[in-house]
Amino acid sequence: MKITSRGIVLPVAALYFLVPIGASIWFSVNEVDGVSFDAYTQGLGTEGLTASLMLSVRLGLATIACGLLLMVPTLVAVSLYLPRLRRIVEILCMMPLVVPPIALVAGVTTVLSWEQDLADTPLYMTFQVLRDENFPLVLVLVYTVMSLPFLYRSLDAGLRAVDLRTLVEAARSLGASRLQTLWQVIVPNLRTAVTGGAVLSLAMVLGEYTVASVLSYRPFSVWMVEIKDSEAQLSVAAAMLSLLITWGLLLLLTTLAGGRSRRRTNSGRENRKKTVS
Amino acid sequence: MPDKTALPVPAAGSVPAAGTAAPAPPAPPVRDGGGPRRRTRRHRWPVVVPFFVFLAVCFGLPAGTMVYGAFTVLDPASGTSELSTENVSGSLSGAYATGLTGSVELSAVTALLATVIGALIAQAVVSSPRAGLRGIVVSASGVLANFSGAPLAFAFIATLGTTGTVTQLFHLDRTGFSLYSFTGLVLAYLYFMIPLMVVIVLPALDGLRAQWQEAAASCGATRSQYWRHVGIPVLTPSLVGGAVLMFGTAFASHATAAVMVGSSQPLITIQIANALNGNVLVGQENLALAMSLNMVVIALLVMAVQIPLQRRSTRWLG
Repeated sequence: MKITSRGIVLPVAALYFLVPIGASIWFSVNEVDGVSFDAYTQGLGTEGLTASLMLSVRLGLATIACGLLLMVPTLVAVSLYLPRLRRIVEILCMMPLVVPPIALVAGVTTVLSWEQDLADTPLYMTFQVLRDENFPLVLVLVYTVMSLPFLYRSLDAGLRAVDLRTLVEAARSLGASRLQTLWQVIVPNLRTAVTGGAVLSLAMVLGEYTVASVLSYRPFSVWMVEIKDSEAQLSVAAAMLSLLITWGLLLLLTTLAGGRSRRRTNSGRENRKKTVS
Repeated sequence: MPDKTALPVPAAGSVPAAGTAAPAPPAPPVRDGGGPRRRTRRHRWPVVVPFFVFLAVCFGLPAGTMVYGAFTVLDPASGTSELSTENVSGSLSGAYATGLTGSVELSAVTALLATVIGALIAQAVVSSPRAGLRGIVVSASGVLANFSGAPLAFAFIATLGTTGTVTQLFHLDRTGFSLYSFTGLVLAYLYFMIPLMVVIVLPALDGLRAQWQEAAASCGATRSQYWRHVGIPVLTPSLVGGAVLMFGTAFASHATAAVMVGSSQPLITIQIANALNGNVLVGQENLALAMSLNMVVIALLVMAVQIPLQRRSTRWLG
């Protein structure tokens, strides 16, 4: 019974997960007069695609930078000196899971609609900067909030795995400043956790649709939906491209993290670190 | 440099110069315990301030606005706003009530299916003698769990839509199947929820020790008895926890449904987006805030189920 059930479950699952991808690829190359890769060769070079994709990538990188700058020092300080705050910080970082993106953006639009009331104050300029069409900072802020749960989980696991106290004591007694300790000792030891959190955030931003479309900006996913009626094949081709990007990103960064730690083990530094602690 | 504020200050007799000298006991500045840390701690506070300020501005402010807006009504004549439950009651009646129940229904159905199917797939992987299978399934799940939103909607339209490949191939339209229905949404949602569940439930299945099964077998239990009396009860907290997460994911998800079915299916996320985007009526906006508040309340209620369960599951599978 065991073998037969496994023999059914896995093939059926494989079918369910492979058919939509296969059908999409077929849909994007199928023409009346045979197979054509125009959607990929010509379509993917269109201006709208490059512009929207670049916007998504820039937003993603800014979100990662913002999230890490905020979270790494905070979590290090909390686990070293402020243990009583640990629980509060954890709950706060998980809060965005309870508030769905659509609800969050409903609040954000309302806050942004105060712009008229604040027209005479210096805050008006802030709103202008936040809503800049070329690089909407408001999206970076909302995405940073949405990425907090990923970053927290990843960094927390990383911090638990290293002996932070010993590392900091050693670095400080060797004369490193606080910033040096953070940048040259703690961050390298958290490399895998930082990379993991960053990849998850980037994948989230690249695929995000709800917030950007409600605030009417045009990153990759919104562009894809906008062209869906006029250029159906190109939109499906773009969807396949976005799957490929996400997949490549996950693959690239996992091998990158794995490769580095392997090199470290070979040079023997890993062993030395173990004997110290 | 080790900061001087951390050094214990000699109790008496030390005059102004104390700050520089004070032959301190070799206790390094970072160490748990005692009184002298109080001043240090005050010193560390600035590090966490940006985090709290950021959250207050970027999360607290919109969230607070949402709650406040949900309970206020702007009088267009006088331009003043006053407290009222009008929005909340409006968001719980008529088409909006249908949207809310529609979302809850869809989330419950997909969460249940994803939990069962995900657990079956994970169990098939765990019990498989082939070692390579696990790696493939885990990495495939990682990718597929991220395949949601607009791209997923496109993939399903290209597969099962009116002109979709599979629809054409098997003439599904003649059987009365439509992708733009409740069933279609369930099919699409399961595409990212099942992989997510596989990733979540695999560690719990690993936690079921082989010895338990052997012990049950040597006591004469059959496989189904083992699962009914040992396996499933131990797994229940993890499974329910996973189901709660699935519910939350489906409940909050907007893009897939918005791109695939538009407004043809009553879902609360789509109604909020329409209220925010479509008409710029002031009252409509506050109605969107009230609907958002309803979503948060439901999410909180569902999450509350998980907390006691988590405690129970760590007892066995920790």
